[in-house]
Amino acid sequence: MGQQASLSETARARVRAMPEAFLLRATMAAIGLALVAAPLGCIVVWNRLAYFGETVAQASLVGVVLALALHFNITLGVLIATAAVAGLLILLQRQRVVPMDSVLGLTHHGALALGVIAVSQVGGQVDLIGYLFGDIFAVTDGDVIAIFFGGAVVLGLVFWLWQPLLRIAVHDELARAEGIPAPVVRAAFTLLLAVAIAFAIKIVGILLAIAFLVVPVVAARPLSSTPERMALLAAVVSVVSIVAGMALSVWLDAPGGPAIVLVMAIAAAVSLSIRGLRGTA
Amino acid sequence: MTVGSNREMTVSREAEAAPAHGDHACCCGHDHSVAGRQPFDDSALISARGLALHLGGKPVLSDIDFDIHEGEIVTLIGPNGAGKSTLVRVLLGLIKPDQGSVRRRRDARVGYVPQKIDIDPTLPMTVERFLKLGERVSREDILARLKEAGVAHTADQQISRLSGGELQRVILARALLRSPNLLVLDEPVRGVDYAGEAELYNLFARLRATRGIGVLLVSHDLHVVMASSDRVICLNQHVCCSGVPETVAQHPEYSKLFGADAARSFAVYHHHHDHKHGPAGEPLGDGQGTGAGNA
Repeated sequence: MGQQASLSETARARVRAMPEAFLLRATMAAIGLALVAAPLGCIVVWNRLAYFGETVAQASLVGVVLALALHFNITLGVLIATAAVAGLLILLQRQRVVPMDSVLGLTHHGALALGVIAVSQVGGQVDLIGYLFGDIFAVTDGDVIAIFFGGAVVLGLVFWLWQPLLRIAVHDELARAEGIPAPVVRAAFTLLLAVAIAFAIKIVGILLAIAFLVVPVVAARPLSSTPERMALLAAVVSVVSIVAGMALSVWLDAPGGPAIVLVMAIAAAVSLSIRGLRGTA
Repeated sequence: MTVGSNREMTVSREAEAAPAHGDHACCCGHDHSVAGRQPFDDSALISARGLALHLGGKPVLSDIDFDIHEGEIVTLIGPNGAGKSTLVRVLLGLIKPDQGSVRRRRDARVGYVPQKIDIDPTLPMTVERFLKLGERVSREDILARLKEAGVAHTADQQISRLSGGELQRVILARALLRSPNLLVLDEPVRGVDYAGEAELYNLFARLRATRGIGVLLVSHDLHVVMASSDRVICLNQHVCCSGVPETVAQHPEYSKLFGADAARSFAVYHHHHDHKHGPAGEPLGDGQGTGAGNA
């Protein structure tokens, strides 16, 4: 990724010059991510971890600045920051002095504030808006390859952990009493989540990364009778939203990430209200 | 009626079981430590010695010894906040005690039915699928165990749609599918009507008779406990007393006390020991009657 100001400006200029390649690359990257995000997002929703994920995502701005200041790969910086905060939160979950939602609130806002201040200190070389809302048209061939390879590994591990993850989602204590090493499984899942969030930040930005994981899952819920079906449907909702969102983005000349998340949100609202209408009928 | 026949069975079981593991009659937790601790019972499915636990600076469990064997129905009773569920969690290895240790026999296979079951409504899953999670079982087996637990009609329903009582029965069916030799149930009769309750205890008695499994129950409901348990352990952070339930059931005040909700939890072990346990206030008698029975 370049380090010039207003990446999205230059990217959009490039889109205008050669629209097909950029659109294709952006769409491919988003779809690759969506296939991983769907099962992960389900686990997040079933375990009520959305706020946890949100906190992890917001901490990544610090990682961006750290990478810029120390001159190493930004994705690696984000990955380190998300994994570090996830680990910290797991440790904090063990204390009983402060309730967990307060801990998350503190970390979430504290990390964002720290990130924004760090950005201001690094100076004009950081496109803050680009990191907050994503810069999908700045995705490179290398990014697409990284998302597909990294995504395949993450997906494989999620598949491997699926049964224990489901058992923990149903009832943590029951799973542990039946011999599932829940803390280990949960730590592994958190790490996978951190990786997915690090990639999602590239596409939809820090503020919308968790929405990219969670909103399609919400849309899929009313139409699902099994956990696997819910994950598959979430992936379908994501892919459709990505294609529609990209079209919306080109049509309105609007940022791609927010356009995708907006379509996802509309899909979720429609799905939930259909369910609601059916419920009252 | 059913409860009555249950009790007879319990009595005869107890007659066999008592010499085997030296069922101690009522005694005070404090006396144990003075007399010196018994070694771990290797024949027990779960054997614990000297358990102590603090949560948030407060003592929740102190100086607890516990054994449960195959073919034994043991019930933990005690007032709210006595640490019953916590003790169960410690025995299952879900919480590490501050002091003492728990030994589980190598072949112990535990089926656990927790008290609080709060399944997220966003998780779509049928009962059948839930019972298949991590287990290789046929639909016939699933239906048979569901029937045994009294919830055969739920097989194709979503778990998030079940009532608390139904869900607990479904988890009982899951526990049965794992062919346990020890069943651990935390408040299995909460929110179950009397007929359902008696049916459930009949199931435990039957499982004990046919498969020789041990059953550890946590209960508030002394009425059925008295009829169906081999041993009752009264817990109030420490083991106030433990012993054969008949001594308690024979107490003239028993049925009267059982009706008085507030006195309920205090009532049982009141007969067993002579030290005072807070302001129960009710006419509980002088505690001599059953005390003599126990001695």
